[in-house]
Amino acid sequence: MTAAATPHAPAAHRRGFRLTPAALIWPALLYLILTTQVPFFMTVYYSFFRYNLAIPGARPFIGLDNYKNLLTDPQNLTILWNTVVLAGGTLILTLIIGAALALLLNRDFPGRALLRTLLISSFLVMPVVTAVVWKNMLLNPAFGFFSWVLTSLGLPTVDFLAQHPMASVIAMIAWEWTPFAMLILLTGLQSLPDDQIEAARLDGASPWQEFRFVVLPHWTQAIQVVVLMETIALLQVYGEIYGSTSGGPGLATTNLPYFIYQKAFAEYNIGLASAAGVITVVLTNVLAAYMLRLLTRTSRSE
Amino acid sequence: MKAQIRLRNTLLTLVTYLIAAAFLFPLVWMFMAAFKTEAQAFATPPVFIFTPTLENFEKAMGSYFPALRNSLIAAVGSTVLAFILGLPAAFALAVYPTRRAQNVLTWMLSTKFMPAVGVIVPLFLIYRNLDLLDTLPGLILMYTTMNLPLVVWMMHSYMTEIPYAIYEAAKVDGATVAQEFFGIALPLSTPGMAATALLCLIFAWNEVFFALNLTSSDAAPLSVFIGEFKTSQGLFWAQLSAAATLVVLPVLIFGWIAQRQLVRGLSFGAVK
Repeated sequence: MTAAATPHAPAAHRRGFRLTPAALIWPALLYLILTTQVPFFMTVYYSFFRYNLAIPGARPFIGLDNYKNLLTDPQNLTILWNTVVLAGGTLILTLIIGAALALLLNRDFPGRALLRTLLISSFLVMPVVTAVVWKNMLLNPAFGFFSWVLTSLGLPTVDFLAQHPMASVIAMIAWEWTPFAMLILLTGLQSLPDDQIEAARLDGASPWQEFRFVVLPHWTQAIQVVVLMETIALLQVYGEIYGSTSGGPGLATTNLPYFIYQKAFAEYNIGLASAAGVITVVLTNVLAAYMLRLLTRTSRSE
Repeated sequence: MKAQIRLRNTLLTLVTYLIAAAFLFPLVWMFMAAFKTEAQAFATPPVFIFTPTLENFEKAMGSYFPALRNSLIAAVGSTVLAFILGLPAAFALAVYPTRRAQNVLTWMLSTKFMPAVGVIVPLFLIYRNLDLLDTLPGLILMYTTMNLPLVVWMMHSYMTEIPYAIYEAAKVDGATVAQEFFGIALPLSTPGMAATALLCLIFAWNEVFFALNLTSSDAAPLSVFIGEFKTSQGLFWAQLSAAATLVVLPVLIFGWIAQRQLVRGLSFGAVK
């Protein structure tokens, strides 16, 4: 930050209307407060009431009952667990495959730039498109491509979304998010100075030692970014579930966002949906706080 | 020894190409199906060689256009609005970097991490009372919320890269804040603006949650349109593929162009 070093005194002598920094910042600030903070506090407020749009008139205050209900009903615990499994499973898969791809792409070979460009494609695909295409054309038990692969290998066909719903959804979302991990991790690798590797090689480091003591420490920041950003995003997965399993079969793939959508827009249970929304925000904010600390550290060290 | 290394390198390259092919397969398969007849798209064993037809695109186009128009207006509208609100803020935060400004910047970024499900219920009720449900202005307002922190953060980082001496020289010549903004900050950060705009367009174009919950028919963008294929229409694979191709292609091209900035935008500059 070059500007930070040169404090700047605003010229007070100019006549007429003067744009102050505050006047430039407030419109954006106000907009964000109105569209994020105000509705969030309303969500918190609603979460203390038994509030159902289908039952107009009555809106009794019930304190923390919605939260109690959410956190004690075994069905709802399944949903919390699903949310964690979905985010965690996808994160682990994308980290492993993304790291492997980043290491593979960090070498010199013909077509490398093109491959890198093409490989980000699945991240850019609209989540609903991913879901609908995977559900119908790849995972379909009778006509899907994967079924055909299994049959031609002499294996029995599998109704992926019915028999292994969570694993299928994780595979699908991991397909989407691997390019993100790959891009961030590759950028992290490329910022590693060559002379560090060379120095390690001159000292006679084995490839493993080189990776463990030179590459990995340098990679930590990029890995942290992937873990935090993905976790924050994956806790909010919605379009993929909506487009493929609709949370089913049963509750097998219902996560918090999909649950909130069902409670609010199918059952009109505003109170309960709000409480679940507050839980999601709290969960996300714990992670976001770490992310923000990481970011401020980066911008300070610039 | 040397031959061994070369062999190992060739093998690694081969592995890279194989993984890449596996990753691209679902998309390639979709693109191919878009040019097949329905019978070919459904065939087992799958058809790999066929005479391409444009029939599916013609069929998909009919219902595609209203959704395309809505997506375009929502994406462009929200990007423009986010720029109008965000550029002055980014400029002020970059040129007058006080401690308070740092906090404002961090706070704005934190709103980017606000889960949509934490605000959707009151927003839905407010929209219903204000008659904003299923309208494009309603959608644009939410997409602006989504993109505004990104605009402020990214443009702030581009604008701090402008040498401060340029501003100082302008000040000596008696430039007003507005002149600094329009005369220096904006022209010198045009490449950053282009990259930021591309990201905003991609995010708004691909957004699903607000689209599904705040629109139904009149203002339904492409994400809602494609979502309808999940049920009965999902049986028309070729038509689905054609529609999906039309939805995905613009974003793919934008994303390929902006891939470097993608990293910066997605990690908020933590990885460069």
